[in-house]
Amino acid sequence: MADLQINSESVFNFEQCLKCSVCTVYCPVSAVNPAYPGPKQAGPDGERYRLKSPVFFDENLKKCLNCKRCEVSCPQNVKVGDIIQKARMKYSTHKPGLRDRMLASTDFVGTMANRFAPIVNIMLAMKLTKTVMHGTIGVDKHRQFPAYSAQRFETWFKRHAQAEQSQYSKQVSYFHGCYVNYNFPKLGQDLVKIMNAVGYGVQLLDKEKCCGVAKIANGLYDQAKKHGKINIDSIRKAKEAGRVTLTTSSTCCFTIRDEYEHILELPQEDVRESVNLATRFLFQLLDEGKIKLAFRSDYKKHVAYHSACHMERMGWVVYSTELLKLIPGVQLTMLDSQCCGISGTYGFKRENYEVSQTIGAPLFAQIKALAPDCVSTDCETCKWQIEMSTGVPVENPISIIADALDVELTKQLNAN
Amino acid sequence: MDVKLKDKYDVIVIGGGITGAGTARDCAMRGLSVLLIERFDFAHGATGRNHGLLHSGARYAVTDQESATECIQENTILRKIAAHCVEPTDGLFITLPDDDLAYQSTFVESCKRAGIRADIIDPEQAKILEPSVNPTLIGAVRVPDASVDPFRLTVANVTDARLHGADTVTYHEVTDLIIDQNRVVGVKMRDQRTGEIRQAYASLTINAAGIWGMLVAKKAGITVNMFPAKGALLIFGHRVNNMVINRCRKPANADILVPDDAVCVIGTTSDRVPIEQCDDMRVTDEEVKVLLQEGARLAPALASTRILRAYAGVRPLVASDNDPSGRSISRGIVVLDHATRDGMEGFVTITGGKMMTYRLMAEMVTDLACKKLNVSKSCATATTPLPGSEAKTAPEAMRTYSFAQKSADGRHGTYTKDIHTPDSLHSALVCECEGVSVAEVDYAVAHQNVTNLIDLRRRTRMGMGTCQGHLCSCRAAGELCQGNHAQEAAEDLASFVNERWKGIKPVAWGAALCEAQLTATVYEGMCGLNQFVKEGGEK
Repeated sequence: MADLQINSESVFNFEQCLKCSVCTVYCPVSAVNPAYPGPKQAGPDGERYRLKSPVFFDENLKKCLNCKRCEVSCPQNVKVGDIIQKARMKYSTHKPGLRDRMLASTDFVGTMANRFAPIVNIMLAMKLTKTVMHGTIGVDKHRQFPAYSAQRFETWFKRHAQAEQSQYSKQVSYFHGCYVNYNFPKLGQDLVKIMNAVGYGVQLLDKEKCCGVAKIANGLYDQAKKHGKINIDSIRKAKEAGRVTLTTSSTCCFTIRDEYEHILELPQEDVRESVNLATRFLFQLLDEGKIKLAFRSDYKKHVAYHSACHMERMGWVVYSTELLKLIPGVQLTMLDSQCCGISGTYGFKRENYEVSQTIGAPLFAQIKALAPDCVSTDCETCKWQIEMSTGVPVENPISIIADALDVELTKQLNAN
Repeated sequence: MDVKLKDKYDVIVIGGGITGAGTARDCAMRGLSVLLIERFDFAHGATGRNHGLLHSGARYAVTDQESATECIQENTILRKIAAHCVEPTDGLFITLPDDDLAYQSTFVESCKRAGIRADIIDPEQAKILEPSVNPTLIGAVRVPDASVDPFRLTVANVTDARLHGADTVTYHEVTDLIIDQNRVVGVKMRDQRTGEIRQAYASLTINAAGIWGMLVAKKAGITVNMFPAKGALLIFGHRVNNMVINRCRKPANADILVPDDAVCVIGTTSDRVPIEQCDDMRVTDEEVKVLLQEGARLAPALASTRILRAYAGVRPLVASDNDPSGRSISRGIVVLDHATRDGMEGFVTITGGKMMTYRLMAEMVTDLACKKLNVSKSCATATTPLPGSEAKTAPEAMRTYSFAQKSADGRHGTYTKDIHTPDSLHSALVCECEGVSVAEVDYAVAHQNVTNLIDLRRRTRMGMGTCQGHLCSCRAAGELCQGNHAQEAAEDLASFVNERWKGIKPVAWGAALCEAQLTATVYEGMCGLNQFVKEGGEK
């Protein structure tokens, strides 16, 4: 009994909370929606009473964006966001409806939409469709759906890129995620371009499913778990073959690295460190002198960087911005770190639209005042939100690097 | 709150603990005119410093059948009449590898003899029922233990006494008994805040002052042999367990872990202390160590769970009356009619017993009072619900409540509907840990005899949560003083913060120490609260 009270621990550190309330100060929802109890109340405070009786669960917890800014701000390392997500999972009696299932099933809907992409894109852009979806299932009419691509990234990769990957002695795996696969293959192509230029071959995972972030947010936990297991197994196989797994989406990356373990309770400790964000991986290689990058001299752009919430949570903003700073023609402005308000599927819901836009308003104002050539961010849903709300194009840092890259020179520099 | 005293009462009850409150209620319900006098606040003494355990009686079954039988009877009654103060958790008596498993059958047999349901369950089943239990257990018995909140139980009794016409005064200390030819005819009492001496008269004075009752009796020249036994307890930051956990062995130190509201409490120790110490009990390092060591054997999680505070109460153990040496101690209920015992008319003492047998104690002494006053009405307290417990809020209705309303429902029961929140100002939280709204504070001030922050804490749990007053005490002080008497409010705030620190100090490490440091930085460092500390302040 020598270890009595040497360690003070509790689930998600909820009891290490000092009630300083800084999490509530940083909560984007608390700032605009008084009906939300705030992270302190919804998290560690509420948890004590939920342990007494489930009757203390408050359905208002669904107003949480899961942005995790509360966790970033906490001086005591309390996993405030995890406490809230877990409470929703454990106690909520709300069952996901058609709208929630649709929004959550990014992979299934994407597969269907790809087949009829031109029609679907026109349909989704039509005012009538929007009004109908707004009135019937509750997808807000103001939203622009990201356009679906006619060709999936996976299809493109197999037809045009896969064969030549084996020529590289070093290899990585790529978890492209739903957005790259169904909506925006160019980002995946950009990554392949960069990796190949620095002497790395890119491989698809054995099997890839949606990371599950939208499923978690919409209460489809069993599905999320099932898909999570498949992803972990594939990542593990890649690891055994000596390949790290890269992503170009901060949210997919964060979900696999942290949410799988904390929220879905999927054991992934052995593979966690082999999942990396592409910008971080590139920076680390550069930093260790293992690769070199060369950029075109005619590339000029004013880029404003937006720190996505999950990038903040991982503490990885610096990797992306340091890479962007290497491009001689890039003038980089850091936007204030604040949530854009979309939070994946949250902002698509009719009941959240207004809150979503109010949260993002200061960010949009800053972007409009700055009028950069483009905004850069590592999260695809931030991209949709910012493009819709400001009209300024948004690019993933990987795409900017790919555009600015002097491929031939880079290849030469990395030849040995 | 100035109470205009009647010229003469049927009964004066000295002591606003649970026994006095229960006695005042019973007397008032039988039509007697009653004055209840408390020297500090209701439940200030031993009543508010115990486990908050509604014993099934199982703990006493082997050693004291009489107490066990009383417990299970009162347990059954209180679940009905005090539903909003009781949480039916059930309890486990666990056998650990170093305990004698043979004791279990003796235990179960004794329970059954006393009328206590005691079901032997498989240790694996016990782990499912109560996941926090020590997984090395080799035996488990399930009994109808429960948790009870002594603060709200006392206040509910006081409220009902008042509804039946009783007068009550707090912060009045009885300084003398007024004696006229071998008859106690009244009391002199000092208003603790103004120093004013007041007198009150009654046909009968009931001494229900717990351990301090021996001092009250002394004022009539009467000796009651009592032995203050200190019991220390620790409060943990959240519920580790949802069922009461006991050790299945002869009662010993720190062998009961009780879930109370949002916390759990391990206790107790047991040490004789001199009566002079009873007004300022401090928990020692040794006691903390014993509580932790033994507690962690009931539920290993306690070894790494944040401790909020330590506190100690005092059991009023009474020497059996036929034993002048005072060595033979009764844990049972003791009613002393000083007319027959000491030749002093108009004066009786009710003592011994337990917090949870208060109603029976009240019934016994009220029966005696009625006999003396020639009142024939019989006792109805066993079947009449206390205010707040008339009905239980349906779970569907609970779901529509806010956090503050849900937590208030546990404190005020049906009276929650009287806590009005017309606007967001009133529904705002004063205490975020325990869900106390501005409206609840206002309600407590208007209806529950609240004169300072510590009283408010006993009515609402304000300041009893994780932050131990760091966020709430300043807000509550502002709400209490309503902008008037700023100097007094600041002094009250200082003494409240100090009172919280007193309980934190014995366990000030880890997160609790960080919290205290943050509190000190805000209140002392930034607000300079130290200048308002009256004598005896520490922080």
